[in-house]
Amino acid sequence: MRARQASYTAGFLAALVILWQVLFLVFGQRVLTPPWATFVNAWDMLKMPVYWPDIGESIRAFLIALLIAFGLGTVGGILIGTWRACSEVLEPLLVNINTVPKVALYPVILLIFGLGIWAKVVFGALHGVIPIMISSIGAVRNVNPIFVRCGRTMHLTRWQMLRRIWVPACVPEIFSGLRLGFSLTLLGTIFGEFFASQKGVGFLLMNAIDLRNIPTIMSLILILVVFAVLSNSALLAADRKLHRRQA
Amino acid sequence: MTRYGWIRLGIVAGAGLILEILCRASVIPRLIVIPPSEMLASAWQILVSGEIKGDLYFSLVNIAFAIGLSVSGGFLTGLAIYSVPVLRATLEPFLTSYSAVPPIVFYPMLIVIFGLNRVPQIIIAVMFGLVPMAMNTINGLNRIRPVFLKVGRSQRVSPLASVFRIQLPAAAPYLFVGVTLAVSYSVIGVISTEFILSASGIGHQISFAYDNYDNRAMYGLVALLLVIATLLNATLRYYSQRMLRRWSR
Amino acid sequence: MPDATRTVHARVEGLTRVYPGHGGQQPVNALGPIDLDLYQGEFLSIIGPSGCGKSTFLELLAGLAVPTAGAIEFEGRAVRGQVPEGVGVVFQEDSSFPWLTVWDNVAFGLENEGVDPAEIRRRADFAVGFMGLADFARSYPAQLSGGMRQRVCIARTLVLQPRLILLDEPFAALDQQTRLLMGDELLRLWRETGATILLITHALDEAAMLSDRVAAMSARPGRLLEIIPTGWPAGRDSRIVEDARFGAITARLWTILREESMKAIGRTESQGSA
Repeated sequence: MRARQASYTAGFLAALVILWQVLFLVFGQRVLTPPWATFVNAWDMLKMPVYWPDIGESIRAFLIALLIAFGLGTVGGILIGTWRACSEVLEPLLVNINTVPKVALYPVILLIFGLGIWAKVVFGALHGVIPIMISSIGAVRNVNPIFVRCGRTMHLTRWQMLRRIWVPACVPEIFSGLRLGFSLTLLGTIFGEFFASQKGVGFLLMNAIDLRNIPTIMSLILILVVFAVLSNSALLAADRKLHRRQA
Repeated sequence: MTRYGWIRLGIVAGAGLILEILCRASVIPRLIVIPPSEMLASAWQILVSGEIKGDLYFSLVNIAFAIGLSVSGGFLTGLAIYSVPVLRATLEPFLTSYSAVPPIVFYPMLIVIFGLNRVPQIIIAVMFGLVPMAMNTINGLNRIRPVFLKVGRSQRVSPLASVFRIQLPAAAPYLFVGVTLAVSYSVIGVISTEFILSASGIGHQISFAYDNYDNRAMYGLVALLLVIATLLNATLRYYSQRMLRRWSR
Repeated sequence: MPDATRTVHARVEGLTRVYPGHGGQQPVNALGPIDLDLYQGEFLSIIGPSGCGKSTFLELLAGLAVPTAGAIEFEGRAVRGQVPEGVGVVFQEDSSFPWLTVWDNVAFGLENEGVDPAEIRRRADFAVGFMGLADFARSYPAQLSGGMRQRVCIARTLVLQPRLILLDEPFAALDQQTRLLMGDELLRLWRETGATILLITHALDEAAMLSDRVAAMSARPGRLLEIIPTGWPAGRDSRIVEDARFGAITARLWTILREESMKAIGRTESQGSA
């Protein structure tokens, strides 16, 4: 079964690469670079020290944004979730705020934080924090009340309840929220980099557009896509493992 | 409205009021944020004067196209994946990972291919919205209670009639979730791309106002955008809640 | 009706259903072989321990599933993979469509068959009234109780005027008293439509009080152990429980089934009772 699944995946990826090659043949090199050349170029770029500061900047901004989003989101979500009245009031509000296109707030953030790393970080964190919070609230609220009652009958202290009942019960669902938050924060950070700085992978991409440097554009896109897919797959595997233990 | 609803309204109004006071008292400098009342006044002015009529039209048409393509494309894709086992086995793992890649990164490439017009913008918006719609379609079809299909067979309903008379209505709540997401993402996709690089559209105007230090216009446009988005979402939510109320026990 | 003309309405012969094993698992013999004749206009119940294959039997007879071996016949024609015209099924779970009103639910099958609107209106109105749902015709199933929802499902089946009605534990989800009243409803329906009724149930008293004949099924793989005629008059209702023979019939059924039920939960006579 697993082997068959792997072969399907491999087949699909191969089909994508072939499609890419075909598109190249159709549209020509003024518009696309072919798969192999793009891979090679991307690999070369990663090895060239001239690009490292930008890559480093992006990674830095992303990690800080992630930390803020994860931290605020989970802590805030858990606190709100454990207080019933609070969650009843706030959860619908958060869901509504979430549907607002955050891109509308981007210029506001630029005004407040100016150009530089903090605008990116805030924008990235903004994308991730609300879904993570909503997910954490849901995780806490969905804890089976039976578990809580069991804990009380065993006379556990507050701290023990937290450690041995609440946290293990919530972790899988919170983790799923974190996985989603990861992707959204990445989206926000990249988008932020399109404007808010003179450094970073996003900036390189915008620059390459201005210069119509197709090979660079394609290679940068490839690097971003590969990073996103690999990190998401790793999180997905961890997510599955967590849920399997619970189920 | 429920008690909690009033509290929520109070919180939002309160936050707005605090912002208003802080701005008017110059605690928050005007160069950064203007008072909410002025934002709304500016939005009204812009709307009424018609100066951005062309941009508004441009954006709304793009959003409409994006929604239409995302919803129909997403539904058909979901239906295909659900019905064809090979497609399902191949594509389903990718669907969950799809959200990992911000489609926005493909915008530069699309501009190069199609030029700086509405086509790349709509494509990006569809890239945002199609997959969530497809996933919710699959989820909805999966969750149809098998007994409904048995009823169809026991009444000799043809397979085609079964799709339209049983499966679609049965999956409707989940399909609606997909539509809501598709709408949200279409707005995000269109406005984001307009903001990054575009010759017209609301996003472009916001970017333009920002570049020209025209805070009043910028905040007015942002407020306008927020109002449009909120109206869209509120309408969707109203209909989905009506549907759910009919359905739920 | 007792002393029916004894024409066979439906029959199964050597009916068997085996589920093939997957990936190294043994195949599961779910049902059979079963031979049964269903007579025109009779009310037959099948009872048996859980998991014995009663529902499978019903689905095979209806044409919703295909047997591994054996023949199924309805009104002289073979049944194979399709539900024949003239057969109606009421399922165990509430299957009313939540997106339609009660009236639209009932009219569903008629609209599917392309009956003309005036006729649809007439027959749906009749079925809705017949099942006592007239006041709720414009309501949605979600607003109704479990018993009423099952009545909607029955009305929806009735409106197509089936000659054979198959019911798979239709009252299982209802409380005992509602169940007994629904039993009376079922008898009324049976008398007024003249249809043949096959009722699957796990409740011995229900089978004993409602049926002309009760068939007892063994634990898996389900086979018919014994068929007990009740000899009740056609005009009966749930008060038939006062009849002296009711206790005897129920006792006889339990004697047959006790052993089978213990087998179903994995205990034998030698291990003693619970």
